[in-house]
Amino acid sequence: MKRFAGLFLVVLCLAGIVWADSALSINGAGATFPYPMYSKWFDEYHKKNANLQINYQSIGSGGGIKQVTEGTVDFGASDLPMNEEQLKAYQDKHGSGILHFPTVLGAVVATYNIPGVTADLNFTPEALAGIFLGKITKWNDPAIASANNGVNLPTNDIVVVHRADGSGTTFIWTDYLSKISEEWKKTVGAGASPKWPVGLGGKGNEGVTGTVKNTPNSIGYVELIYAESNKIPYGSVKNASGAFVKPSLAAVSAAAAGAAKEMPDDFRVSITNAPGKAAYPISSFTWLLIPEKFSDASKRDALKGFLKWALDDGQNYAESLSYAKLPKEVVAKELKAINKIQ
Amino acid sequence: MATSTTAVPSAGPVAGSRSFLSRLRDGDEIARLITFLFAASVVLITLLLVFELWQGSVLPRHKFGFNFFRTSVWDPIFDQFGALPFIYGTLVTAGVALIIAVPLGIGAAIFLAELAPARISDTLEFFIDLLAAVPSVIYGLLGVFIVVPLMREYIQPALKNTLGFLPLFQGPAYGLGFLTAGIVLAIMVIPYIISVSREVLLSVPRDQREAALSLGSTRWESTWKVVVPFARGGIMGSIFLALARALGETMAVTMVIGNTPTISASLFSPGYSIAAVIANEFTEATGAMYTQSLIELGLVLFILTFVLNGFARLLIVATSQRGAGMGHT
Amino acid sequence: MLTMTGVCAVVAVAVLFFILGYLVYHGGTSISWNFFTKLPAPVGETGGGMANAIVGSAKLLLLATLIGVPIGFFGAIYLAEFSGGPIAFVVRYAADLLNGVPSIVIGIFAFTLVVQPFKHFSTLAGGFALGLMMIPITLRSTEEFLRAVPRALREGAMALGASKWKTISTVIVPAAYRGILTAILLAFARVAGETAPLLFTALGNRFWSPGWNQPTASLPAMIYTYAIAPYEDWHRQAWAAGLVLLGLILVINIVARAILSRGIAVPRS
Repeated sequence: MKRFAGLFLVVLCLAGIVWADSALSINGAGATFPYPMYSKWFDEYHKKNANLQINYQSIGSGGGIKQVTEGTVDFGASDLPMNEEQLKAYQDKHGSGILHFPTVLGAVVATYNIPGVTADLNFTPEALAGIFLGKITKWNDPAIASANNGVNLPTNDIVVVHRADGSGTTFIWTDYLSKISEEWKKTVGAGASPKWPVGLGGKGNEGVTGTVKNTPNSIGYVELIYAESNKIPYGSVKNASGAFVKPSLAAVSAAAAGAAKEMPDDFRVSITNAPGKAAYPISSFTWLLIPEKFSDASKRDALKGFLKWALDDGQNYAESLSYAKLPKEVVAKELKAINKIQ
Repeated sequence: MATSTTAVPSAGPVAGSRSFLSRLRDGDEIARLITFLFAASVVLITLLLVFELWQGSVLPRHKFGFNFFRTSVWDPIFDQFGALPFIYGTLVTAGVALIIAVPLGIGAAIFLAELAPARISDTLEFFIDLLAAVPSVIYGLLGVFIVVPLMREYIQPALKNTLGFLPLFQGPAYGLGFLTAGIVLAIMVIPYIISVSREVLLSVPRDQREAALSLGSTRWESTWKVVVPFARGGIMGSIFLALARALGETMAVTMVIGNTPTISASLFSPGYSIAAVIANEFTEATGAMYTQSLIELGLVLFILTFVLNGFARLLIVATSQRGAGMGHT
Repeated sequence: MLTMTGVCAVVAVAVLFFILGYLVYHGGTSISWNFFTKLPAPVGETGGGMANAIVGSAKLLLLATLIGVPIGFFGAIYLAEFSGGPIAFVVRYAADLLNGVPSIVIGIFAFTLVVQPFKHFSTLAGGFALGLMMIPITLRSTEEFLRAVPRALREGAMALGASKWKTISTVIVPAAYRGILTAILLAFARVAGETAPLLFTALGNRFWSPGWNQPTASLPAMIYTYAIAPYEDWHRQAWAAGLVLLGLILVINIVARAILSRGIAVPRS
């Protein structure tokens, strides 16, 4: 027995040494909304810089904020900006601040799985609010049907799918619903993990997509790429100017156009229900949450290098993954802000 | 000090014929000390676990008190936490699991212990032990891809058509929900019930059986009226063990329960369990109150399983001792 | 009624064969060389494998064994050979208590005890959590096997003048060797498939996890992540991982039982 234990120990030490200095590891965690984008970025960046591994775990925006505040990861990621209270909590715990860096733009889409319906549906804001409030329970409800002439909607019960974890995608979705529905604002509100009136919970954008895909007559909300890459249909939404807009990169960019010109210094801004005829109303920036002060200089420099790359060459990967590139003004502003990281 | 030196030989703890010093030289005392430290660490770890759970849930215990268990609002935005839907979901899924697993499991145990030839019984027992070793995430995998579609397409519509007048089987058939979680749990706990019950049944003394048979009862009568009642305590113990396991199960339940905190009479409704909400929300709970409420849920789960396991062990031990005691007469 | 009980038994066993059959069918068609050698592909892209998760699981289990087995083994020697009365009762009671703790609660414990102070999700934290779960299983079954060693052997050695420790290390432990090995293997198999305690201790990793203080991927956690995701290719890999994991666990179980019952010759070190 003892000899076994000794052998184990030797193996353990050897393994530890071999693995220990092979590469610099940086750990991040958070939003699932940009996860396909980030995992592509970190993969590509690792190919260019073989001795740097950036490990990103998609545990949800709430998790990203919590873990970066706890200090258990090197950086966080979120689709909802941290609120004042969270910023203060971070400041109190670490004695220095945390910075928001927008990385790409995305759209949250209403995706559905109705057997027999292949057409792209149109959703009015009222219909979306009604469905998620549990007031509209059948697919052929006039509120849905009236915007979809010629589509043969079934009488089946609507299965609502939402997130089970604290989520920035949820925040974008509920932020939008709060802006267009008084009732929603009063009874549910905008947040990462609201009290849902109806529905099934799925973990992460992955989980919601999986549940919608597997559940007939369901509707859920996910980032555009999740609906596209899984070939499940998603609907157009009527925007603030009264036009039905299909989610697309151009429509997301249009929604960001206004915000790009008046970007605040800390980059915390909401672009849901944005004005403009071509704007898709449920769009958002997504942010990396990066501490202002690093105790480890090599990690700091590696992350700064990555950020510069992501804002420059990295942007070229965005469109193939259905995310919109950042507007030029925002990139210029961020490149300056990178210097705040110490 | 000088006077005490003369007292040493007689004052040393002498066990048997060897002195303390000789045992020290042989390594006995060192061995005792080292092994004691290891054994004590088990106690220490357990105490620390209880302490951490208790200490980690101070805030919600003070703020909500008993209301934590009575209210059903789980709202991290406004720091309001009520655990009722999770407790409900945990109990309902475990209840469904037992309703399915107990008859099946005990039936199978009776067959294996009383009726099957020893060789078949041992072979089947071997397979059942393997079944108990299948990890829960694999049950979850099968749950997601086999049980859920099966429930949605066939079982739930069938139940709705036949027993739909009961509030239990109403509402849309999502596939995910209490019933599905209960069924997956049932599959998971059956091996435990069979294994333990078979063991207990086998410990029932032969003469009990033979007496019944010699009085002219059939094989079934002797089993059902004599052997099973004799082993009743132990069988109950196996059920408690299964219940404890079902309550604490995380992965398989998280994957099929639907993850929505609801209290609904319908078994078709999606729900949430204590273990599942901890798994989903623990990494992302921002704020002390939120995190500590999840830890308090962990504490609740710990206490529930602790009590059940204690009961189970008492019942099983009592039964097998009774059997052993009578076997010697 | 007699036949009914037989049906119950058949149904229970049929479930096992169904699970095995389904996993072998789905996993078998999905498994490939890449599965064992490649890192996971970026989200949504097909291909890649779980090489890092396999190594990650191996490291976690190694660590778990290093924590769980010594404590369980030496603790059992204390219980079986040195103690009696209230201390033994307390230790046994604590072990039974620990054994019944739901795995997710062990996860919380490891998070507050290891992850928070070290400021890292890590192999260390995951291995610690799994190790805790191995302790009570190893302890209780090792104790049983030690107690099962015949009195005569013990007394013989003592009569020859051997010290107690000498008796334990040269007579009792070797005599119970098979049983102890079985106990350790079964404990190992039990934690090999544990997922819940890893969710917030080992977290996960897209790459190789260097050293012991970094997050790491593991097979069970990968099965969970991949199974609930929407990608066909990930489902395929989840089945493959399920097959590998279940295969490993069943083989260990069968070997453990074979060692115990048939007395396969085990080289004593």
